[in-house]
Amino acid sequence: MARHKSGGDRLIRLSLLLVALSAISVLAIITIFIFEQGLPIMAKYGLKNFLLGQDWFPSEQSFGLLPMIVGSLLVTLGALVIGVPLGLASAIFLTEFSNRRLSGFLKPVIELLAGIPSVVYGFLGLMFLVPFIRKNFGGPGLSVLAASIILGIMILPTIISIAIDAIRAVPDSYREGSIALGATRWQTVRMVVLPAARSGLVAGIILGMGRAIGETMAVIMVAGNAADLPGSLLAPVRTLTSNIALEMAYASGEHRQALFATGVILFVIIMILNFLANLAARKQFRK
Amino acid sequence: MAEITSRKNIIEVKSLSVFYGQFQALKSVQLELQARKITALIGPSGCGKSTFLRTLNRMNDLIEGARTEGQVVFDGKNIYDPETDLLELRRRIGMVFQRPNPFPLSIFDNVVYGLRVHGQNDRRYMEERLFRSLQAVNLWEELKDRLEADALCLTGEQQQRLCIARVLAVGPEVILMDEPCSALDPTATARIEDLMYQLKEKYTIIIVTHNMQQAARVSDNTGYFLLGELVEFGQTNQIFTSPRDARTEDYITGRFG
Repeated sequence: MARHKSGGDRLIRLSLLLVALSAISVLAIITIFIFEQGLPIMAKYGLKNFLLGQDWFPSEQSFGLLPMIVGSLLVTLGALVIGVPLGLASAIFLTEFSNRRLSGFLKPVIELLAGIPSVVYGFLGLMFLVPFIRKNFGGPGLSVLAASIILGIMILPTIISIAIDAIRAVPDSYREGSIALGATRWQTVRMVVLPAARSGLVAGIILGMGRAIGETMAVIMVAGNAADLPGSLLAPVRTLTSNIALEMAYASGEHRQALFATGVILFVIIMILNFLANLAARKQFRK
Repeated sequence: MAEITSRKNIIEVKSLSVFYGQFQALKSVQLELQARKITALIGPSGCGKSTFLRTLNRMNDLIEGARTEGQVVFDGKNIYDPETDLLELRRRIGMVFQRPNPFPLSIFDNVVYGLRVHGQNDRRYMEERLFRSLQAVNLWEELKDRLEADALCLTGEQQQRLCIARVLAVGPEVILMDEPCSALDPTATARIEDLMYQLKEKYTIIIVTHNMQQAARVSDNTGYFLLGELVEFGQTNQIFTSPRDARTEDYITGRFG
């Protein structure tokens, strides 16, 4: 009987292992495929030309990706500058300062934001935000600023819902202890609740950042997509993801390989950002 | 109750009732708490003793739907007056909880937390208060070399002492203790009780406890709560040896027998 049971266990274990491996193998296949397609051309023309070259003329064997790298980093940073304060403030309000009924109504509404297709965000940006920027700040409107604002809004649901979970996970006994010492609600949030929730908050910011750097459609629609280093926040910009999406349909030969090289760089950047953010989270938490 | 002279009373509670929505958790409680004594509040679970304790520093305000009637007079003023400064009230009437709840900060930051929230930032002053508070709860020798360590790494007993030190640091007059030993083992409990004895010289202590031996051991006065009502209040000796109310006697003998 016992042996039979353990045999059944082993079978289940094995099949679960296979399922888990299949998920991982998809990731592995994607990685291998991108690198296999992208690395040879990087080797041929030199990593330096890809990373630091400023000219992207794929038909003339000029594959400088610096404008796109800067573009991706700029709009991601811009999205974080807009999305993180707004998102954390919303999460703090919904968990600590609003009553149950209001937050019970608002939280699902915010989560609904995550379900809106990115093309809709892009469309709204194109219809309202871009003309607004053009009229009030100058430039073509299609810009770093427009992309940052749209992305900042798009990452809000991610940041808010993870931050809410992180703040709710802080035991009430901390809040009680603080209030009972004569602290105000805000002091309690600032000095106890947020530090206690820090690792969860950073996790939310990392996921938001991942969403911002990976977003393509909405960015294509509002960023202007010029493959030049942006001179200001009002200048158009092209991101790494846009570069791939815009040109893959007609690219062939080395041009196509250069787009895979773009993917390789995107991949590495995301890995580095994740690693740094994790490191920061752990360090801060220990302190 | 006649032997309690009102001159030494620090808190006077006058027909205090608390409602949670429709439910009446406290029914017109009337009592006087003596300064620099330990008052124990006993009674079965759900009898209102913890609710009562939390009316004294208005922690019940945090509960949605809680409503209070009557008066709690502390230092000549009803703390339920609208103009009461709640932050100052809670500085003067501190609270220690059932489960030790140090913040996830360093030992140092825990003890000076109250000072900081009350606007104190002078490092020298904070260190002085830290020293005296930890000294008062007999933790200084143990912890003086690792004040920057995470408070959550301490033992349960050390954590509870730290929480008491945290309260002492802001200079309270009254310390409310809500079953402070229920998460501790018997030897740690005995040491915390010793500590209460030391603290009684300077502070008024009101302790809610499930443990009747504890009430008998440490307290000067005892109140027995049942179903939201203060059934009997008087000197601990008298309550435990010759209770006047049959319900008190039932409870005390039932638990002992």
